[in-house]
Amino acid sequence: MLTSIEALTAHIKDGFKLAVPADYSGIAMEATRQIIRQGTKNLHLIGVPTSGLQAELLIGAGCVSIFESSALTLGEYNPAPRFSAAINEGSVKIVDATCPAIHAALQASQKGLPFMPLRGIIGSDILNNHPDWKVIQNPFSDTEDKIVAIPAIQPDAALFHAPLADQEGNVWVGRRREQINMAQASKTAYVTVEKIIEGNLLDDEELAAGVLPSLYVGAIAEVPSGTWPLAFWQGGSEDSEHLNLYKTMAATEEGFNEYLQKFVYSGEKS
Amino acid sequence: MTAASQKKALICFIAKLLRDCNHVAVGASSPIPGAAALLAKAVWSSPRHVNILGSTKNNFFTNGSQELFDCAAQGRIDAFFLGGGQIDGAANINLMGRGEYPLNTPRWPGTFGSAYLYFLIPKVILFREEHTRRVLVDKVDFISAPGTSDDNTYRTGGPFGLLTNKAFFKFNKNEKRFSLKSIHSNSSLEDILDNTGFAFDYEKDTPITAAPDPELLTVLDNEVSAKIKDVYPQFAQTIFVN
Repeated sequence: MLTSIEALTAHIKDGFKLAVPADYSGIAMEATRQIIRQGTKNLHLIGVPTSGLQAELLIGAGCVSIFESSALTLGEYNPAPRFSAAINEGSVKIVDATCPAIHAALQASQKGLPFMPLRGIIGSDILNNHPDWKVIQNPFSDTEDKIVAIPAIQPDAALFHAPLADQEGNVWVGRRREQINMAQASKTAYVTVEKIIEGNLLDDEELAAGVLPSLYVGAIAEVPSGTWPLAFWQGGSEDSEHLNLYKTMAATEEGFNEYLQKFVYSGEKS
Repeated sequence: MTAASQKKALICFIAKLLRDCNHVAVGASSPIPGAAALLAKAVWSSPRHVNILGSTKNNFFTNGSQELFDCAAQGRIDAFFLGGGQIDGAANINLMGRGEYPLNTPRWPGTFGSAYLYFLIPKVILFREEHTRRVLVDKVDFISAPGTSDDNTYRTGGPFGLLTNKAFFKFNKNEKRFSLKSIHSNSSLEDILDNTGFAFDYEKDTPITAAPDPELLTVLDNEVSAKIKDVYPQFAQTIFVN
């Protein structure tokens, strides 16, 4: 359960359906660089409900064949150069959704249901282009009442970064409860944490409410500053200088490859 | 008017639109609406709840990132802001990209929650500073979220109006058209007609947007600026002296 980052990412195989959270939630960036280093291919990456630099790097490095999400945003560092290039070349299959639909698809999986109905969406071109969603009649209404049925998504794994874990394999996510949803919807969860503590997180009632129990967890690795260069809600702020450097380097494919060489394969940190 | 005072005027304008709301949610990358919501709360204690998504300190949700959507579906959010790379005369918005989907050039980040929140939040204010024919188009290339729906479609929310750095329009749901309500002092009716790619209703003597209330500006500079610095540090640098 408690392992090295190399052993943790080794679980993530070619063709995996992998769920990752949005930037505010705790992105396992060191694990992402390790996935690139180990050469994983054909990931079906699900941004819950959006993704950022993590998806941009994985797409640029050729690890992704399907990207399913509601957005890929680098925030004030937009536009995302490798994502844009992949769109232009049509090299990655994009399944565009809207945020609550990604959540609903995971909630359906969490409850062992085939689908979850969801309001809104009707009349959006997102619906017209989505391969899986269906418009159905509300079975409890006597009048016409259309509603969108969102089929469950069960990822092979969820991958994220959290503040704490214990020796038993419990993970404290605090109020970032979408990580609990992601983990429970997925077959398992791989989690990097700032710190692994002695004892059991569930022994403290104040912490217990924010704990993802080890039942849902496949592997944990202690990786301090594991979200670098992104911010972490229980830790450091973003490395703006590095993100600016990324934007400059990744503008061309050659520059992006240099970036990978330096900051992913050689593991430099500034 | 300097760029900073223009932005402050927009903040004060939006703050007034939020005065009748209980709960306003704002995206993490929307500093002007976010500042406006914080200002309205400071001045009138209304809205009572301001939730800045993506922020840790100014976000009270405890049920993960799905809580926003659950909240909206129950009618617990009164106002929200949407933008778009393209906005058309029927208030359809496009956050996906210009050109033919899926090979858009450029491709923008994506639709986010707009295809849902636009249906379920009563007062959606379309806010886009850039007022050009590039942005305000006759017909969007991709409908991320439609401005209106037919009567058989469940819809409790939708567009209230459109605010740019030149003007404010209100949206008329029945006519499916914008009407020009006021023109900012840096612009003119001719300028608006030249730079708007869709047809809209207007009066020849459309009023100039009222200058921001000095009292609001004082509270913004003296009381709310610290909070804005906290949430939007880079933006705060551009509008506050120190």
